Amino acid sequence: MSLINYSTREINCKIVYYGPGLGGKTTNVQYVYSRVSPETKGRLVSLATEMDRTLFFDFLPLDLGPIKGFRTRFHLYTVPGQVYYDASRRLILRGVDGIIFVADSLISRFEANVESLYNLHENLAEHDLKLENVPFALQYNKRDLKDIIPVADLQDELNPQGYPAFEAIATQGVGVFDTLKSVSKMVLRKLA
Amino acid sequence: MVRANWSIFEEDYWAIHSILTELLKNSNAQSTLVIDRTGQLISSLGVAPDFDVTSFASLCAADFEANTQLARLIGENDFSTLYHQGADESMYLSRVDSRTILAVLFDRQTTLGLVRLRVKRAVDQLGAIMVRLFEKVEYRNEEFATPVDQDFAVRAEAEIDNLFRD
Repeated sequence: MSLINYSTREINCKIVYYGPGLGGKTTNVQYVYSRVSPETKGRLVSLATEMDRTLFFDFLPLDLGPIKGFRTRFHLYTVPGQVYYDASRRLILRGVDGIIFVADSLISRFEANVESLYNLHENLAEHDLKLENVPFALQYNKRDLKDIIPVADLQDELNPQGYPAFEAIATQGVGVFDTLKSVSKMVLRKLA
Repeated sequence: MVRANWSIFEEDYWAIHSILTELLKNSNAQSTLVIDRTGQLISSLGVAPDFDVTSFASLCAADFEANTQLARLIGENDFSTLYHQGADESMYLSRVDSRTILAVLFDRQTTLGLVRLRVKRAVDQLGAIMVRLFEKVEYRNEEFATPVDQDFAVRAEAEIDNLFRD
């Protein structure tokens, strides 16, 4: 749910990274944080456990700067991937403008991806939203590891609708910006 | 055409500003913020905070939402107010309506009782503005001049390409 403030001349949009636990959502946001210039980014807030597992969310505000006199900002959020944090995931989807689904390419995580995507549909429905109406892209992460699922199989199972999809190695930054660019442009096009 | 779910127009902003000014004066609080429940800052007034206000707004919304879930677990619809007491600085959060929260930061120059009393009045006034605002958004969304047109999208995409680079 984008917010246009005509008085302070600001436009704010919310992009959420979704996906199974340990899939690389936080790694995506950390990479973005490490690469964008200091004047562009706010503080990276992480509500995580002592073991660095996301407990509630990570949050990173990014400032595109003034466009036609309006300061345009993206707020990036990650959800906690672990199954039992469903209430947190539902809350973070509130007011979402765009979603990046970070799938884990490991064969052992195939079912976790499917369950998480199903869970995304369910939680969007709680907010009266349908995935086909929200700017959305998938990211197939961990492409550098052994024992990974072929991209064609991931596409068949997770993306029969043909949403934009990107291969990634988030720990090295590969594919991170491609995915974010794709969804953020879709969000702005939907506004226009 | 604007498809944004909501917008703050100039006159509403100043109406909110006026209520916050009165609240600060009457409560002796340090600063006050109106926050969208998705975590976006709408307006703030008072002593300029020396912390990241964007993060603060996001965490306030999360705090409020988490407590709403706690309320539901014990059979309440929500907790309409939250109070966090610190050694020197404290904060008081109050639900304005289903979309917005009022946050007040205060120190020992005032008391919780006074802040609570003044916030109650401000919330009633802000609530009335929000009702008006959403009625207006529904009406104006179809035709109100917006910065977000095709030209905006093209320029924004160029900025995105420039910003999100390896």
